Amino acid sequence: MWNYTQAVHDHFLHPHNAGPLEDANAIGEVGSIACGDALKLYLKISDQGLIENAGFETFGCASAIASSSVLTDMIKGKTVDDALKLTNRDIAGALGGLPKEKMHCSVMGQEALEAAIRQWKGEPPVPHALEEGRLVCKCFGVTDAQIIRAVGENGLKTLEEVTHYTKAGGACGDCRDEISQILATEFRQKPLTELKPVPRLTNVQRMQQVIKIIDEEIRPQLAADGGDIELVDVDGHRVMVGLRGRCSQCRSSDVTIRNLVEKLLREHVEPDLVVEEIQHEHRLF
Amino acid sequence: MNTVYFDNNATTAVAPEVLEAMLPYLRDFYGNSSSMHTFGGQVAFALAEARSRVAALLGADPGEIIFTSCGTESDSTAICSALQTQPEKRHLITTRVEHPAILNAAQYWERQGYRVTCLDVDARGRLDQDEYLRALTDDTALVSIMFANNEVGNIYPIQRMAEAARERGVLFHTDAVQAVGKTPIDLSHMPVDMLSLSGHKIHAPKGIGVLYARRGVRFRPFLRGGHQERGRRAGTENVPYIVGLGMAAELARQRLQEERIEVARLRDKLEQGIVARVPDCMVNGDAENRLPNTTNIAFKNVEGEAILLMLDRLGICASSGSACTSGSLEPSHVLRAIGVPFTYAHGSVRLSLSRYTTEKEVDYVIEHLPGVIEKLRAISPYKK
Repeated sequence: MWNYTQAVHDHFLHPHNAGPLEDANAIGEVGSIACGDALKLYLKISDQGLIENAGFETFGCASAIASSSVLTDMIKGKTVDDALKLTNRDIAGALGGLPKEKMHCSVMGQEALEAAIRQWKGEPPVPHALEEGRLVCKCFGVTDAQIIRAVGENGLKTLEEVTHYTKAGGACGDCRDEISQILATEFRQKPLTELKPVPRLTNVQRMQQVIKIIDEEIRPQLAADGGDIELVDVDGHRVMVGLRGRCSQCRSSDVTIRNLVEKLLREHVEPDLVVEEIQHEHRLF
Repeated sequence: MNTVYFDNNATTAVAPEVLEAMLPYLRDFYGNSSSMHTFGGQVAFALAEARSRVAALLGADPGEIIFTSCGTESDSTAICSALQTQPEKRHLITTRVEHPAILNAAQYWERQGYRVTCLDVDARGRLDQDEYLRALTDDTALVSIMFANNEVGNIYPIQRMAEAARERGVLFHTDAVQAVGKTPIDLSHMPVDMLSLSGHKIHAPKGIGVLYARRGVRFRPFLRGGHQERGRRAGTENVPYIVGLGMAAELARQRLQEERIEVARLRDKLEQGIVARVPDCMVNGDAENRLPNTTNIAFKNVEGEAILLMLDRLGICASSGSACTSGSLEPSHVLRAIGVPFTYAHGSVRLSLSRYTTEKEVDYVIEHLPGVIEKLRAISPYKK
């Protein structure tokens, strides 16, 4: 039994804006009956780009119907540009969350909205399966572009999460290796700042990551000014460093510690790290 | 709101007689049957009676009944025993429509280097007997074929298939979890070597099962330890549950002939009532050879989880082989094996009855289910 929120139940049992819209001038269709869910979204968009009305027809489970219903509520009265800013997370959020296995229902809503607006703008319709990119999951017609986007927007880390959000890899499983490769590539390419901090690091992990960030991010910046940094110790969330070279003489070393060292370590390693400067004479050993 | 329970293939209500029979062994007679004192030793008589009752239901000898914790344990024990007693044989035969208790175990042995043949089924879920005969080889350690399918209710020709295995000198096991108590099984005339059953499918509680192992068939225990079950299944006997299962078996034996006719009548009324009132639906499985209590109906262009949740609001308990109910993304392996068209597969609903199902409940479902389908079809983008 799924643990659905009251909002999911309400929207499923009493969907808002259900049914086709007679005077729709934009229609977005995603999914297929073979895939197990499909959404046809109808929009009435004014010449000024305001979504005046919305309707939907959905084949699918309770979360698919609820996602469609809440989406129509969210976009009515919005401009096309504002509507395009909605992500699948916004849709799931408006329902008070969806079980992770059902997140693909919110993705379907987002894709239908984009397809409808593309049609209104006169851009070529991009059906689900034929979106730009290479077809990865043949069972559900999911491309690498769709997977990369879901990974980026939702911070997905595992193959299982990719399947929950895009359905890719959820049937025959032939593409699972390929999805894992996409995930690995995405992680390598992503700028470090986009990676979410990993919660609850072990001491060893914390130390390794601190060393890595100091070596790869911090030291090169200090070196540009003729300075250097030495990691003295890591004790719990306290990171003790010594500034070397020109930095050790610098009167604004405190600012360097706060604005550069601590900021970068907090961003990349853990948000609650505290960096302390250790002077030579106070060395611990 | 009353609960209208049409999910008896998932689990059944504990019969009042079963509960009554169990209570003294939970409350008063807590002794261990292995003890030397009278207080403990007396429960051995209750165990013996339960064993005889289960044996009587199956046409078996009490010495061939091994109590286990569940159907899955019985299945795993049967497979492991067959493979361990014949280490030179490296082949297993089963079907694509088995319960996961068999399918996943078979897949495990496949990863260990065994060859596994999964027999295919036709559009009504029937096995191809010629394919089966061709699959039997001198290397085959075990055939394991379900007596009846849990999702669509098909009954398989176990008599014939067991005879063919016997002729080739191959051990034959059947997972009869869904069949026991619903269709007659007489092991005195059926060359089945091992059979699994589960208490909670026949109005005993969850947590008790049986493995029947024919006398003379070589056996290796799955759980090793004490001498219980004559060394074939270690662990202190679950006395109250064994007593309960004994009572459930006795009730099933006494009432089977009568109940299967009455339950089938209600099932047919339900099925015909729905099919007559809902356009574009079809019955899955083999209508001529199936359990009297099961119907599996597929509704075109609607999705099963949505149907179940709407039925749930009406107090109706059913189940579905749709993808979304299980968290997987594909319809059940049984519906896929049968090849139910995808316009229907996602909208499959199983309704399973029991001796406690009433005419009023059947009428209630016939009255309300068509409206649910209509409501969902109204918002489906697929109309025809």
